[in-house]
Amino acid sequence: MSQAANPAGNDGGTTRRDFLLYASAGLGAVGTALAVWPFLDSMNPAKDVMALAVIEVDLSPIAVGQAITVTWRGKPVFVRHRTQDEIDQARSVSMSALKDPQPDEERAPRPEWLVQIGICTHLGCIPKGQKPSDPKGDYNGWFCVCHGSHYDTSGRIRKGPAPTNMVVPQYAFLDDTTIQIGEE
Amino acid sequence: MSSTPNPVWSNRAIKWVDRRMPIFTLMYNELVVYPAPRNLNYWWNFGSLAGIALVILIFSGIFLAMYYVPHEDMAFASIERIMRDVNYGWLIRFIHMNTVSLFFLCVYIHIFRGMYYGSYKAPRELLWGIGVIIYLVMVGTAFLGYVLPWGQMSFWAATVITSLVTPIPWVGEDLAIWLWGGFGVNNATLQRFFSLHYLFPMVIFALVFLHLWALHTTKSNNPLGVEVKKKADTLPFHPYYTMKDAFGLGVALIALAFFVFFAPNYFNHAINYVQADPMVTPEHIVPEWYFLPFYAILRAVPDKLGGVVLMFLSIAIWLALPWLDTSKVRSGRFRPLFKWFFWLLVIDFCILTWLGAMPAEGAYVTMGQWATAYYFAHFILILPLLGWFEKTKPVPESISAAVTAGHDKEAAA
Ligand code: HEM
Ligand code: FES
Repeated sequence: MSQAANPAGNDGGTTRRDFLLYASAGLGAVGTALAVWPFLDSMNPAKDVMALAVIEVDLSPIAVGQAITVTWRGKPVFVRHRTQDEIDQARSVSMSALKDPQPDEERAPRPEWLVQIGICTHLGCIPKGQKPSDPKGDYNGWFCVCHGSHYDTSGRIRKGPAPTNMVVPQYAFLDDTTIQIGEE
Repeated sequence: MSSTPNPVWSNRAIKWVDRRMPIFTLMYNELVVYPAPRNLNYWWNFGSLAGIALVILIFSGIFLAMYYVPHEDMAFASIERIMRDVNYGWLIRFIHMNTVSLFFLCVYIHIFRGMYYGSYKAPRELLWGIGVIIYLVMVGTAFLGYVLPWGQMSFWAATVITSLVTPIPWVGEDLAIWLWGGFGVNNATLQRFFSLHYLFPMVIFALVFLHLWALHTTKSNNPLGVEVKKKADTLPFHPYYTMKDAFGLGVALIALAFFVFFAPNYFNHAINYVQADPMVTPEHIVPEWYFLPFYAILRAVPDKLGGVVLMFLSIAIWLALPWLDTSKVRSGRFRPLFKWFFWLLVIDFCILTWLGAMPAEGAYVTMGQWATAYYFAHFILILPLLGWFEKTKPVPESISAAVTAGHDKEAAA
């Protein structure tokens, strides 16, 4: 930093000028970083988007073996009224066979009702399996056609590139046939 | 930058301007007398062609933007309005859509040309690197543009591609929400994509000037890969290469016009004429053809983060090419083994393109894994080793010597 032509310089070593230079450059860098933040943060979800949506879902019309898809925060939520077979399949799996181990009891506290966000945890497609005519994959649950992820009857990832199970949102039973999705 | 003396302008207006800002002198030196190797073949046409494609895209895009409405409820309808009601709207849109394919085709040929003739080797590493960065910004621009019509493929391409950031440890989820401006692709996403789709081409334009600056500093490589040594090795850019480029442009424009007028949706997907539905994913999500090889690499890896990393590396590795290729000989013409491996890479790249469009199941997955493995092996195993083992052919002493004495095929081209 200290040049020979610098009249205030001493030969080599750090000078007061160097210190001032580094200090002001450092301060400038910090200031610029701070000034950039509002712009970056402006790209985050706006307040109206953040205002959490809460929805209620009436379960009474969903017969055993049927499933419906509802929209919550712009995302599909799969609500499935599982058959005894499906429950048994989900509960008989040993944890060691799972890529993202999670007992079915935890995912579906009331075994006949499975509620989960219907988004493939790989890259966000909506897996098939809601309609009776849909492919259900090798584990009789859901199949994501985008890159071939197979989910079981508990919505757990069994095969394919998705890393984790489909997400179970926060929800509560208001009564036996109504759930509320989202936090109060 | 040229060795010829600066021109003397007789027109008084030109003289007045040039005295204050020597823009005419600059153009004269860089576009008229600029000494280009005398043996450039038609593979050297694709750089200027890509540049013209960029200009066509910017020009047609500006007119599209006069009618396009970036809003989730109106975007799709505004495109239909451009197609049906706006005077010549269909033409402007089809020109924009199909020129993107022309642009990518030119750039791919341009890149593989560089690989065959060793154009990335010293002293052109920076020129090459700027090119790779231009390619990356192009990829971003084309992706952003594809989202704008807000069809089914637009929406789901946006979802899949933005979700590529989610496996990044710790910050992935927040990063995706930041990109979306919501909890998934939504109106905020569409609006920022439009804003950035307008910006990025200008960035590419600026980068092209850096690219050309580096080019005019190191000068063009040529099919023989030997540096220009004397004046006899060169020709003035004008009229020799202005004419050669103009001829190539004519051919390219005929091809472009064929698609614009007779097969305007050839490269498009029918499902993108269905408005975006966040609740239904289409049966097959297939990217545009120019992204297919990289999409195949993404899907070859059964691990989420691994796939994403490998996909980015497959392009980033081009940046390291000048150092991975250890051979002292530049042009593939004098490298008997490299030649074969080069064409194998081209074939591998085509196979990846094909696989990217196939469903991700069964044999396709296995083939994708082999093709991906070979792609990387080419860069990190074959190229470094070839430099050591290959016995190269003798390189001519100069361009003019090869062209005049040898009656090389180039002289005719
Ligand atoms: C590097 C240059 C560019 C590339 C690679 C590019 C790429 C694309 C692509 C792939 C599409 C989708 C076409 C479709 O499926 O309909 C598109 C649409 C669009 N682009 Fe560009 N573009 C470029 C420059 C520009 C510029 C400079 C503008 C000016 C604002 C622009 C404005 C638009 C608009 C308004 C649309 C939506 C209309 C449509 O879908 O046809 N583009 N672009
Ligand atoms: S998004 Fe479902 S497998 Fe890729």
